[in-house]
Amino acid sequence: MKVTNLDYISANPLLPEVQNAMIEAIKENYGNPSSSHCLGDQSTEVLEQARKRVAVLINSALPEEVVFTSSGTESINHAIKGVALANEKKGKHIVTSNIEHNAVLKSLRRLMKMGLGYHVASVPVDEHGLIDPSDVAKAITEETILVTIMHGNNEIGTIQPIKEITRITKEKGVLFHCDGVASVGVVPIDVQDLGIDMLSFSANQFNGPSGVGGLYIRRGVGLWPLHDGGAQENGKRAGTENLIGIIGMGVAADIAFREMESRLVHVRRLKERLIKGLNEKIEDIIINGHPELSLPNLVSVSVRYIEGESIVLMLDEEKIEVSTRSACASGALRASHVLLSIGREYADSQGTLVISFGKETKEDEIDRFLDVLSDAVDTLRKMSPLYKKG
Amino acid sequence: MYTEVVMNHFKNPRNVGEMKDADGIGEVGNPVCGDMMNIYIKVKGDRIDDISFQTFGCGAAIAVSSMLTEMAKGKTLEEAKKITNKSVAEALEGLPKNKLHCSNLGADALQLAIKDYEDKMSGRGRGPQRPEDKHEHTHGESCKCPYCDGNVDDGLEFCSHCGREISEDH
Repeated sequence: MKVTNLDYISANPLLPEVQNAMIEAIKENYGNPSSSHCLGDQSTEVLEQARKRVAVLINSALPEEVVFTSSGTESINHAIKGVALANEKKGKHIVTSNIEHNAVLKSLRRLMKMGLGYHVASVPVDEHGLIDPSDVAKAITEETILVTIMHGNNEIGTIQPIKEITRITKEKGVLFHCDGVASVGVVPIDVQDLGIDMLSFSANQFNGPSGVGGLYIRRGVGLWPLHDGGAQENGKRAGTENLIGIIGMGVAADIAFREMESRLVHVRRLKERLIKGLNEKIEDIIINGHPELSLPNLVSVSVRYIEGESIVLMLDEEKIEVSTRSACASGALRASHVLLSIGREYADSQGTLVISFGKETKEDEIDRFLDVLSDAVDTLRKMSPLYKKG
Repeated sequence: MYTEVVMNHFKNPRNVGEMKDADGIGEVGNPVCGDMMNIYIKVKGDRIDDISFQTFGCGAAIAVSSMLTEMAKGKTLEEAKKITNKSVAEALEGLPKNKLHCSNLGADALQLAIKDYEDKMSGRGRGPQRPEDKHEHTHGESCKCPYCDGNVDDGLEFCSHCGREISEDH
């Protein structure tokens, strides 16, 4: 049976063009971009070509503003800790939101635990997961050095009003970092138009390889590096570059940029079909996230009365792969903080699936998923002490 | 992730459903922490004549419930009291390390069901079927470490019992 991948948010399949570019790069046996001989020059050339391609994808004014990292997580850690440590004389207050990814939450928690006096304010979201920019304005104090808020949420898809938020941070003279991991390469992101100072993103969200990420740092923004060592990445990230991965990321970025519009049309159609099918086929469900301001490649659904990991297992038996936010599946103690923040009950949070897809996904895969899910839900509800309809 | 025996019980669970005329009921867990298990027993003489379960939980929790009912069915109450989380996990040919809590839940539910029956028989009326009311769970209540089943207080990043990293968040 063919595997139906509806878990794109975990990792996208590598595009054939990306695979070929990476295989060719391996065969090419590139040197170290830092070397001053011809092998080094050749690899510098391909490295800078990849940088330009990524810069085009996010419309950064200068390719040098793009720093290659090992992941979206590293980028986020770098932005938050780097700004905090570089600005400690200015202030030690950071503003964030209640629905950020763990990379943001735990970076902030680490800063607070270092005993250096960093503290954090977290703004709430409404029932759709949307932040009110005026809450961000209210949370900013004289001491605030950074506001970090995500673009598209990886669990419920909601897209934040980034432009309105950066209008506030600019006015108040505070730096703005955006976790764009779930969005970059999926929806158009223009760092100049959005007024973003730092943007974190990852190649595996747009059909590129895992293990490569990027951090956009607007020219003039000063932050400490996370790694100390050589002068790679214009002195912003020490360590010999993952050239093969970066080449893959460059090709994936180039194709994502060129195919953006056609991919959007495709995934929007799939999302509409999926939500319609869920509502028609399954009773007692809640579609999470904002109905319009949302990632087009992701649907979050809380299936009431049953638990997510058991649904994932049943789907997996039919070779359909989705993701769940249940505590059991993630090794966390409780349900997802994102779902609790938008007002989901504990039990409903435990029964939440994230279905995500991309350019390779076919309509009949969505239809098969709906049929198999419908059966799985019936079976599991018959077992559930919470389901009283018998 | 799971053994074949676990997957077999998950896919074809034995003895599923609510028992309307149960002689003893044991209810454990809560949706805050992700799983709930109800065990119903029907007792004839000193033996568990019939047993069934209802579970809200992961694959391991469902497999544990199913295996447990198979192991307890037909046993005397004294024999059934000897069923432990360990013997259920062994019968399932092992559970992932972070699913210890699920197997404990099953053994606890069975023991509570037996106690419920015994309390009724001894005229003490229906005793507490479960340690607390399942509908009232505040954020302050502690959940169990998925690895060692110890109580974990809010806000800890490491289990204070086994030292493993655990997360409140996803």
